[in-house]
Amino acid sequence: MFLYNLTLQAPNAINQAILGNFSGAKPQELIVSHVSRIELLRPDTTTGKVHSVLSHEVFGVIRSLASFRLTGASKDFIVIGSDSGRIVILEYNPVKNVFEKVHQETFGKSGCRRIVPGQYLATDPKGRAVMIGSLEKQKLVYILNRDMAARLTIGSPLEAHKSHTIVHYCTGVDVGFENPIFACLEVDYTEADQDPTGEALKETEKMLTYYELDLGLNHVVRKWSEAVDPKSNMLLAVPGGTDGPSGVLVCSENYITYKHIGHATLTVPIPRRENPLEDKSRGLLIVSGVVHKMKNSFFLLLQSEEGDLYKVTIDYQGDTVNEIKIKYFDTVSVAAGLCILKSGFLFVASEFGNHHFYQFEKLGDDDDTPEYSSSDFMSDDGGRLETMVYFKPRPLENLLLVDELTSMSPLTDAKVLNLTDEDTPQIYALCGRGPRSTMRILRHGLEVTEMAVSPLPANPTAVWTTRLTADDLYDQYIIVSFSNATLVLSIGETVEEVTDTGFLATTPTIAVQQLGQDALLQIYPQGIRHIRANKQVTEWRAPGGRSIVRAATNRQQVVIALTGGELVYFEVDESGNLSESHVRREMTSNVTCLSIQPLPVGRRRVRFLAVGCDDNTVRILSLDATTCLEPLSMQAISAVPESLVMIDMPDQISEGSLSTLYLNIGLQNGVLLRTVLDQTTGQLSDTRTRFLGAKAVKLFELNMAGNPAVLALSSRPWLSYQMQSRIHLNPLSYETLEFATSFTSEQCLEGVVAIAGNALKIFTIEKFGQVFNETPIPLTYTPRRFVVNPVHKTIAIIETDHNTYSNQEKKKKLKALGFEQEEEEEALDPVVFGHTRSKPGQWASLIRIIDPIQATTTFQLELSQNEAALSVAVLNFAVEADQMFLAVGTAADLHLQPKSLSSGFIHIYKFVNEGRELELVHKTPVDEVPQALLHFQGRLLAGVGKALRIYDLGKRKLLRKCESRAIPTGIVTLHNQGGRIVIGDVQESIHYASYVASENKIVVFADDKAPRWITCSAMIDYDTVAAGDKFGNFFVSRLPANLSQEIDEDEAGSKSVGKGYLHGAAHKVDLVAHYHTGDILTSLAKTSFVAGGREMILYTSLMGGVGIFIPFQTKEDIDFFQTLEMHMRNEMPPLAGRDHLSYRGYHVPVKGTVDGDMCEQYNLLSGDKKRMIAEELDRTPAEIQKKIEDMRIRAI
Amino acid sequence: MDRANLNSQLEHLQSKYVGTGHADTSKYEWGVNQARDTYASYIGHYPMISYFALAENESIARVKFNITEKMLQPCGPPPERRE
Repeated sequence: MFLYNLTLQAPNAINQAILGNFSGAKPQELIVSHVSRIELLRPDTTTGKVHSVLSHEVFGVIRSLASFRLTGASKDFIVIGSDSGRIVILEYNPVKNVFEKVHQETFGKSGCRRIVPGQYLATDPKGRAVMIGSLEKQKLVYILNRDMAARLTIGSPLEAHKSHTIVHYCTGVDVGFENPIFACLEVDYTEADQDPTGEALKETEKMLTYYELDLGLNHVVRKWSEAVDPKSNMLLAVPGGTDGPSGVLVCSENYITYKHIGHATLTVPIPRRENPLEDKSRGLLIVSGVVHKMKNSFFLLLQSEEGDLYKVTIDYQGDTVNEIKIKYFDTVSVAAGLCILKSGFLFVASEFGNHHFYQFEKLGDDDDTPEYSSSDFMSDDGGRLETMVYFKPRPLENLLLVDELTSMSPLTDAKVLNLTDEDTPQIYALCGRGPRSTMRILRHGLEVTEMAVSPLPANPTAVWTTRLTADDLYDQYIIVSFSNATLVLSIGETVEEVTDTGFLATTPTIAVQQLGQDALLQIYPQGIRHIRANKQVTEWRAPGGRSIVRAATNRQQVVIALTGGELVYFEVDESGNLSESHVRREMTSNVTCLSIQPLPVGRRRVRFLAVGCDDNTVRILSLDATTCLEPLSMQAISAVPESLVMIDMPDQISEGSLSTLYLNIGLQNGVLLRTVLDQTTGQLSDTRTRFLGAKAVKLFELNMAGNPAVLALSSRPWLSYQMQSRIHLNPLSYETLEFATSFTSEQCLEGVVAIAGNALKIFTIEKFGQVFNETPIPLTYTPRRFVVNPVHKTIAIIETDHNTYSNQEKKKKLKALGFEQEEEEEALDPVVFGHTRSKPGQWASLIRIIDPIQATTTFQLELSQNEAALSVAVLNFAVEADQMFLAVGTAADLHLQPKSLSSGFIHIYKFVNEGRELELVHKTPVDEVPQALLHFQGRLLAGVGKALRIYDLGKRKLLRKCESRAIPTGIVTLHNQGGRIVIGDVQESIHYASYVASENKIVVFADDKAPRWITCSAMIDYDTVAAGDKFGNFFVSRLPANLSQEIDEDEAGSKSVGKGYLHGAAHKVDLVAHYHTGDILTSLAKTSFVAGGREMILYTSLMGGVGIFIPFQTKEDIDFFQTLEMHMRNEMPPLAGRDHLSYRGYHVPVKGTVDGDMCEQYNLLSGDKKRMIAEELDRTPAEIQKKIEDMRIRAI
Repeated sequence: MDRANLNSQLEHLQSKYVGTGHADTSKYEWGVNQARDTYASYIGHYPMISYFALAENESIARVKFNITEKMLQPCGPPPERRE
């Protein structure tokens, strides 16, 4: 087996977000890192929408991001701290839309190591230096400057190391144009490591240290060091120079402290939420913060771990800081990064769940939220007063949500199923944490936003929109054709019928075109109507006995096909008249479709006409004056062409010209072909084929995201568009459409008007690049696992939150404290404010049943007695064969570290009411945590801690029938086929066991050679298992074929027990494939997305990614892609400086897998490099691109 | 290669790379270094620290803070030195 890895939906959790003018233009942009991918987001400040401009996979772990700007420049650079042992400086090139590597300096080994810098990045606010630090000891400072040609230069590294020191945070202090200073929060462990009494540990202080870069002497000195609160975790630089007093805010548990060299220390407590159930001993931590400078002032926005935002202002005069003030601002989701745009927006990159984009409505200056000042909390001797201050949380007052970027992180479990009987299966995914969690049903297709639906009196056959003059910005008319009439609607405030337009209403229409400067054209079976601006009409009538069947138009040229296959050509002359060419051409067979090249701006004529004929050919004819309607080339195709569209797409293949002309051919058998049309010779080449659906494919030209796109209508609508130098072809998540056309109005710049049945629909498509569209179903707690009831097609989910009061517990506690159902307490929406935090070892948990068709919850059951549901299985017992049961494994009073519990339980529920509800049958106590449950031959197979047991249904409880204790640590996954059981251990990888029925025992006969911390696994076939581990590895193990057979023939199970080998099972499995995905896998499944398509392995990952492994079918393909991958590694080394091969083999060398994402970056190479690689592979660049595209198409 | 040179090379490694062992590395030192290396790796790999945050139902920043704090003395106080 040899696999090809492709990402379908890249992980969209954000771990770093920075703000800057990366294009060098005025509007600010965001750069976010999705761990191994860097993305440029451009917020549109007029609409408030955030658009993704560029997303690039770097094949490395991005741990820190920073931006800086050289003095006097207008463009920001990006610094990446990663696991590559290198510092990388990137520049965004807006013309080519790529990130360019400006500098890459190596300083250490690769990997996320303790003393290799990369974890922390701090830049001097004036852009003169950058510090890159590690968790311990090492810090390097690089001086940034520019050379004679104003290019960025980077100095050699200056060391600011301090051994035996753990670093908590680094930031660049704003000191104006004095020597750059970096502030670090450090702890020295020398003393603590030597003192057995523990006294030194208690005396160990956390220090705030200033490192000054002496620009004159070119070295770094420790300038100042002072002890701060031992529970400090974060630093924020206060503006300095002309903008403020300089210095840093030290954030610690419960307090914020202002510190600066030669300044008094000021401390203010962090206001806490008023909550009767709060744990006063638990400190409140600041998790993120941002400084915002305005013209004459600045403020800081800090966020606590509950998600509350605080506004901090600093009152200063000259160099003296008088007080710092803090007040509650608003509550948003807990952020991994906050960015405030100058235009008054706040970007919140959530650590889990969707990211939000808010607009500031107010700055919280004049409300009645209490404000706390440092001057009230300082004792006379300058110390701080130990007090707690409070605020009342409330819904958003200062912020307004304007946009949301979806993030499926954390994605805890997923399955590919077709529960709603659609063309393609859906992915059911459990996403999110706590009250923000959802089950999302993902369907392959772009999300469509429906703007309007209007029913019509009869079923229309076609629809067009048109402008009235060439200079109009927006469409003015919608023309609808019926089988015997034409209706003209005018677009204004409302859409209404108009009759005095000059259009012939009593006939169906074939085509509509805005012609010349200000005329309109209606083509109908009996003729052509040319309607001038003054409503003067000129008619051209079809010759007697023949009618017009097809037409193709642009603003200057018109071609019609008459019955029998005769083509007639017209052109607009200087005076605006439509003049017929003297040349006509008789095709040898009937014309089924026509298309004319789109007219570029400023041109009067284009050269190519494409004609589809019912003899299964498409011909290209010339429209030149001298060779009018002369054939240029011809292509034979597999079926009758139904529709043709020629479009110009920005350059992909042909060098030199700015765009490539594509001819799209829709066939009657549902296939779409896309071929490149050579602009000089008219020859067709490089055909790409794709089956779209059962119906004939109709094509329409649209404009999407500023580029031409093609809408293809078959049994499903599809859109072919270009994004980031690749042509994408994605289905739309929308109903079957019969006809469509583009629609531009003031409200909707890139809309589509389409016909479905007897309704006219107007819609837009906004989220390009998101291949899945989601239907979310809200959940209450963090979802853990789910199963599907195969009979009733309902979904059972278990949700469990640690450290949380369950609803019942909360009510009980409140009552005990004397609060009777406090009204305001109820008003706080947990989705915004979270559940009330409890103590470790307290659990809230529930079981929920969802109806996937209605996408609603039909039943939920909250567990009591501090039980946490951790595993679930659906099964039927042999003793009651026609009843479906749900088994749920729980643990009561579970503590995570060190692990302890009072008892485990296996609950058995009966599905009642068509599987929509549950009824408890009984609860069986077990001695350990039941982490894995599975239906096994009419009984229940349960992994209870280390023990693997088989239970049968009894009257009062489950009856233990069989037990095996051969698993070393803890069972987390279980699978079975026939009598074979595959067990995933939490530390010790995969084990194969067989159930020997005659002796009623489970025999573990094979295990893995290496330890692996399994998170998920799937049985690919009887002998093969694919699994993922906690470090982000994916691997496939297989039982040797002869061994497999031997075991199966050995009915008594004696041989298979064998003698244990190396403290494990008698036999070992072979490693077939190994690959580091860079993200923890949470589910794996063997599936196929396309009906009757090839089977592949689909995986989901914790950060919200969806990807696939496709098995190669031929040796040639393997060789081809391996060679291509090798060339790509040389020609396009990853952006963050990590070596691709060592990244994919992070813990174990890559085996049997090709990185498709790397191969797809071939499209981003320059033409020279593309050709060079192509020559090495004995192919053309187009062939290589086709092969790469084919791999993706085959999968989805 | 003579013995002195080998020793000096080893010393160089030990001073450059924290945690490089030597003939007299105690069990405690070994454990402390291993724990600190492990914690540093947890913090560096964002998916890993998210995984912990999800299990503990804490914010990622809190988990990172806890782990960094633990790096100070991950294995308790050092054992009494035997002369």
